[in-house]
Amino acid sequence: MNAIVDRLREQVLAARGRRRLEIRGGGSKSWYGAPDPEAEPLDVGMLYGIIRYEPSELVLTAYGGTPLAEVEALLAQHRQWLPFSPPHFAASATIGGAVASGLSGPTRWGHGALRDYVLGVRVLDGQGRVLRFGGEVMKNVAGYDVSRLFAGSLGTLGVILEVSLKVLPLPPASCTLRFACSQDEAIERFNRWAGQPLPLSASLWWQGQATLRLAGARAAVDAAAARLGGEALPEEAAQRFWEDVREQRLSAWTLQEGEVLWRLALPPTTPAWADAEDALVEWGGGVRWLRRPAADDRWFERARAVGGHAMRWRGARAGERVFAPRGAAERAIEARLKAAFDPDGVFARRLPLE
Amino acid sequence: MAEIASEPTVSRAEFIAHVRRLLPEDALIHDEAELRAYECDGLSAFRELPWAVALPRSEEEVVALLQTCHRLRVPVVPRGAGTGLSGGALPHPQGLVLSLARLNRILALDPFARTATVQPGVRNLAISEAAAPHGLYYAPDPSSQIACTLGGNVAENSGGVHCLKYGLTVHNVLRVRGYTAAGEPVVFGSLAPDAPGYDLLALAIGSEGMLAVVTEITVKLLPRPQTARCILAAFDSVRAAGEAVAAIIAEGIIPAGLEMMDQGATIAAEDFVHAGYPLEAAAVLLCESDGTPEEVEEEIARMGAVLERCGATEWRVSRDEEERLRFWAGRKAAFPAAGRVSPDYYCMDGTIPRKALGEMLEAIAEMEREYGLRCLNVFHAGDGNLHPLILFDANQPGEWERAEAFGADILELSVRLGGTVTGEHGVGMEKINQMCVQFSPVELEAFFQVKAAFDPAGILNPGKAIPTLHRCAEYGRMRVSRGKLPFAELPRF
Repeated sequence: MNAIVDRLREQVLAARGRRRLEIRGGGSKSWYGAPDPEAEPLDVGMLYGIIRYEPSELVLTAYGGTPLAEVEALLAQHRQWLPFSPPHFAASATIGGAVASGLSGPTRWGHGALRDYVLGVRVLDGQGRVLRFGGEVMKNVAGYDVSRLFAGSLGTLGVILEVSLKVLPLPPASCTLRFACSQDEAIERFNRWAGQPLPLSASLWWQGQATLRLAGARAAVDAAAARLGGEALPEEAAQRFWEDVREQRLSAWTLQEGEVLWRLALPPTTPAWADAEDALVEWGGGVRWLRRPAADDRWFERARAVGGHAMRWRGARAGERVFAPRGAAERAIEARLKAAFDPDGVFARRLPLE
Repeated sequence: MAEIASEPTVSRAEFIAHVRRLLPEDALIHDEAELRAYECDGLSAFRELPWAVALPRSEEEVVALLQTCHRLRVPVVPRGAGTGLSGGALPHPQGLVLSLARLNRILALDPFARTATVQPGVRNLAISEAAAPHGLYYAPDPSSQIACTLGGNVAENSGGVHCLKYGLTVHNVLRVRGYTAAGEPVVFGSLAPDAPGYDLLALAIGSEGMLAVVTEITVKLLPRPQTARCILAAFDSVRAAGEAVAAIIAEGIIPAGLEMMDQGATIAAEDFVHAGYPLEAAAVLLCESDGTPEEVEEEIARMGAVLERCGATEWRVSRDEEERLRFWAGRKAAFPAAGRVSPDYYCMDGTIPRKALGEMLEAIAEMEREYGLRCLNVFHAGDGNLHPLILFDANQPGEWERAEAFGADILELSVRLGGTVTGEHGVGMEKINQMCVQFSPVELEAFFQVKAAFDPAGILNPGKAIPTLHRCAEYGRMRVSRGKLPFAELPRF
């Protein structure tokens, strides 16, 4: 593996001042973020393999190019999981790509985000430095929490050579319930339930139906299901449904020509907007997905006005803003962080610093 | 890159004259006798008198102070309740201590959104008290929660006994608002999920007051579990207790709390609070389950079966809330109990992979003989965070130095076992030398660059948490030449 890291370092150093590199694991999320058509791929798929995994330590360490599916299969053998249900978007998805994209799936609502589970990274930065931050233990406050900085940094700071994640036992029981209700009712219920001691895992509303996943101890799931009512989905159908949600296979996410898919991250209690009846709502109201004609671009301002942030998830045209703007002081800090790890701007501009 | 040394451009008297114009008389301390109250935090081994202490009551005053200090290049050391255990709030000898204790209002509590927005001087426990009528609480519960402030919790990424299940501060804070060292307003995080850009919130949390000054914090509130019960289990060896911890987790259980005490700590605690601990046990485990009554009953039965299988010599389940609290009282009183059996104690904070626990405790027993000092061990067993309490008498010449060297050995062994020098107390001034063992020169350089990204002038809490390469070189020399010191040959692992 050292030889592979050495070769990557040479590639990074050779690119400085000459070209930009787009770090590429399985290429499953290469459409995500701001495009950088000039960047050349830097293939990291050969950073392959699980380094350490002891189920009773609740930590898994793998090379960044290890397929996500392989990690999940190994965990499942030991009745454990990645509770943030990272989307794959293609069979080739890697664990490093999951961390670099920072994306979480439907169970983020009940179990937390990807960044909550990052314990440590070993990275190769734009200066060719190999750096290790964090570690393989649950509690660690030595130095700044740079490993979480790499989560969601979209490959702009360095190559994730290795990553250590906290893993958890699979909930012993789960149950998916469906309710007919309006978007407003769903948002109200999701938030009310989240304030009660219920084993909540995932939630979704779309086209007049709220779907709720419970997961936890058998007794807790049964008691909650009996209390909340609704129609229980057969477990197999439920699993398929939540996988389709994680992989964004419902038609709410399928773009037509000339459309933009907006991801509106909002404070979860924000009431439904009258002109967004067709939204798909996830995370208890925290995220709302909207397909709109490309010309309709009020959503950055609409989301900002209620304390949230919009993103052109898919369908942005060349030169269009993808991510919501940040404040001036925050931008200056981000630019200096970028310069600290990648002073020559070797890595692709997936996360524009503006 | 070396650390940026901040040299004030003014004298102390000039500085005080400047600051006096910004604050009412009662918000500024510069009299030496009164400054004494601020010379240290919870780690009293390190003391320093600052030039002055400011106690602003408003954000405007905080901004004015930061702008003035930034302009005059006067170091600023933010401070909450001063309960920190690593000297993170140790004053700078040519600096201002910026106490945020008077910014102590709960600004908003939204039970429907399950959030509370508070000023940094609000005490940890005050949030849960305010949320209680809504059936909600704030999960991180550091042992100092009656006194410690949320601002301090953010600075240290505080944990507590329930963090294996409910997370640390970083998992329970949604957004902070504050100011850079230069006094520019910043917001990190968001009330909506996954704020765009780099995760500056994760960097700010646990940054020991070195990246920004936080003036408003929005935390998540969780529904209070309906019920909780605790198992008290005894083992005739520490190793068997450690194996029981691993077996509980291998069973797929994440207990709400999972704590271990060795015999020394058990005896000291029992003597102090009479919790009913078995005194003949080599180790005692506390395993808590919380949730719905059905859930707790199921989990307690499963944990009991595991404990039995793993050779617990006895185990009992708390019958009621009173007994549960009594089980915890001894664990929570472990530090003061150490204070009763010894004039002084020095609390360590390494984290190790749980499987290395036996090896660590055997090494500590060996170190007790080498250094001629006793050590009591309490352990957040669920997450591998060890708190050895080294007993010493500061009035005996050389004992503090021995305790300090003993502690350094434990921390360095934590790193060699695959862990870290600090799980939750922070580096501060205390563990700055051990950072040289855990991180390489390029990693330390990267930390200085992160610091400079937020605070290019280097005025926020300078000299803490990240050692300069020069300091590491000095420390390396000192450790190598330690054979000359009076306390004999040191074990090397």
